[in-house]
Amino acid sequence: MALNLKLHTQPEVPLEADCICPDKLQSLENNEISSLILFHGNRQVQLGDFFDCNGTFDGEIVIDGDLSNVKHIGATMSFGKITVEGNVGLHAGAAMRGGEITIEGSSSGWLGPEMIGGRITVKGDAGHMTGSGYRGSEIGMQGGEIIVHGNVKNETGHAMRRGLIVVGGNSGDFTGVNMHAGTIIILGQMGMRTGAGMKRGSIISFNQAALLPTFSRNCEYHPSFIKFYFKYLEEIGFKIDPSHLNSTFERWSGDSIELNRGEILLSMSKK
Amino acid sequence: MKIKSTEIIDTFAEAFKMYGSRIIITAETKEWAMAAAQSITGFATSVIGCKCEAGIETEIPANASPDLRPGVSVLLFAMDSESLGKRLMERIGQCVMTCPSTACYNGIDQGNEITVGGQLRYFGDGFQISKKIAEKQLWRIPVMDGEFLVDDIFKTKEAVGGGNILILGKDQNTTLKAAKSAVKAMREIPNIILPFPNGVVRSGSKVGSKYKALIASTNDAYCPTLSSIVEKTEISKGINSVLEIVIDGLTLNAVEEAMYIGINASIKPGIKKISAGNYGGGLGQYQIQLHKLLERNN
Repeated sequence: MALNLKLHTQPEVPLEADCICPDKLQSLENNEISSLILFHGNRQVQLGDFFDCNGTFDGEIVIDGDLSNVKHIGATMSFGKITVEGNVGLHAGAAMRGGEITIEGSSSGWLGPEMIGGRITVKGDAGHMTGSGYRGSEIGMQGGEIIVHGNVKNETGHAMRRGLIVVGGNSGDFTGVNMHAGTIIILGQMGMRTGAGMKRGSIISFNQAALLPTFSRNCEYHPSFIKFYFKYLEEIGFKIDPSHLNSTFERWSGDSIELNRGEILLSMSKK
Repeated sequence: MKIKSTEIIDTFAEAFKMYGSRIIITAETKEWAMAAAQSITGFATSVIGCKCEAGIETEIPANASPDLRPGVSVLLFAMDSESLGKRLMERIGQCVMTCPSTACYNGIDQGNEITVGGQLRYFGDGFQISKKIAEKQLWRIPVMDGEFLVDDIFKTKEAVGGGNILILGKDQNTTLKAAKSAVKAMREIPNIILPFPNGVVRSGSKVGSKYKALIASTNDAYCPTLSSIVEKTEISKGINSVLEIVIDGLTLNAVEEAMYIGINASIKPGIKKISAGNYGGGLGQYQIQLHKLLERNN
């Protein structure tokens, strides 16, 4: 049986809830969980001041309510599962190492920053800096997967080094900025300056995009590795229009102000 | 034991412990996948002279292949895992990577790990790209028609080589027909290959030779042209042709099943005897008794 947390009082200012993490709850009784300390703004409060706690922790935590103002849920988690029935606030899954977070609603910014492993699935949209490095960090996401069914905003995958980010809708500007490696797949439209400063890595889009002049076009071809992503995403419940299956892609190399070993693959099916 | 008019000799096939791997080759069309499969399985009839034994296991439809393109499954066998790793490297590098539009994947879930893509990647001269999807790591090596996609790791497992049946017939034509129908039936069995041309070998061998440099020589006991001059012959009156079908398999069960199917399919008018090759039981780890095999399955 899962541990159920129900938000009974909406926080007036952001609630720092990094204790809502399987690693930190696994050996606690419900009364101990309710007594865990959180920061409400700059004041210490107990988890029970905002959440009703029911059920038993068996590796899964189900959180009910609009958590748009609750930050750091699942931060640093290494195992287990968190399901958020509504929206979630900033920094969900920050530096996550394993396990799974499913957000039925949308996520604010900084989703899965500097993530190392595990999977975050967002059924709605996500904000700015999804799967990014924190300001000042040279390296962002180092592993794991972020699957967003809706749209994301700017700087998705900033300084990403490994892992996979998939966006079912559109992405904002600077997708994959300063990327070191890894894979970003955008099914919708991408904003401006995609891949700016990228060294290596792959950005794959099923639409055309205006690219920076520091990217050079190589060829049109059928990269068969993309089919592995298709199969894998289908296995984890993310559907892609099968008409994309045999798409021809334009391959662009960049960013030439860096190593020039990154690639942007643009499907030609909607050209 | 007799089945119809064919005598089943009370003997056994002496099979050996080998190491096997499964290689999945895909391409834009079935023809290109098959071209690579035929190339990688070329000159791989016997470990005695070819360092490995290989054959095509089956065709794979696009909807069941790793990258949703038409594919062919190939099995490769060698006497030890290290040697098999070398053969995989050589053959995938020279026969699959060179073939237009192909990709190459490991087809065994568990076993010893051999780094293949992780070595072939150097052909990319620094332009190669690694992709990790879930637990699978692939290498994308740039080539002149696009990219060669290859698994980082291929796996090898203990396997069984040298399962065999001998078909002794009244003449070459009759024996060839029987062997052909046996091969057709045996090729339906998964996890096995028949490494010789069209699945059949006529130059069965015995251990040793009068020439010191040779480790194997013609199996004179089964040569019809020598039946009256050798010390021991298996050629009795009315037998004028002998063909052998050798089976390598990923499991002993698969080899036994193929032998059973092959024996039954080769029983036809004019086939006098079905036997099996062995070395007295002193060399191979497995003895597959023909009578027991038939009794167990009947």
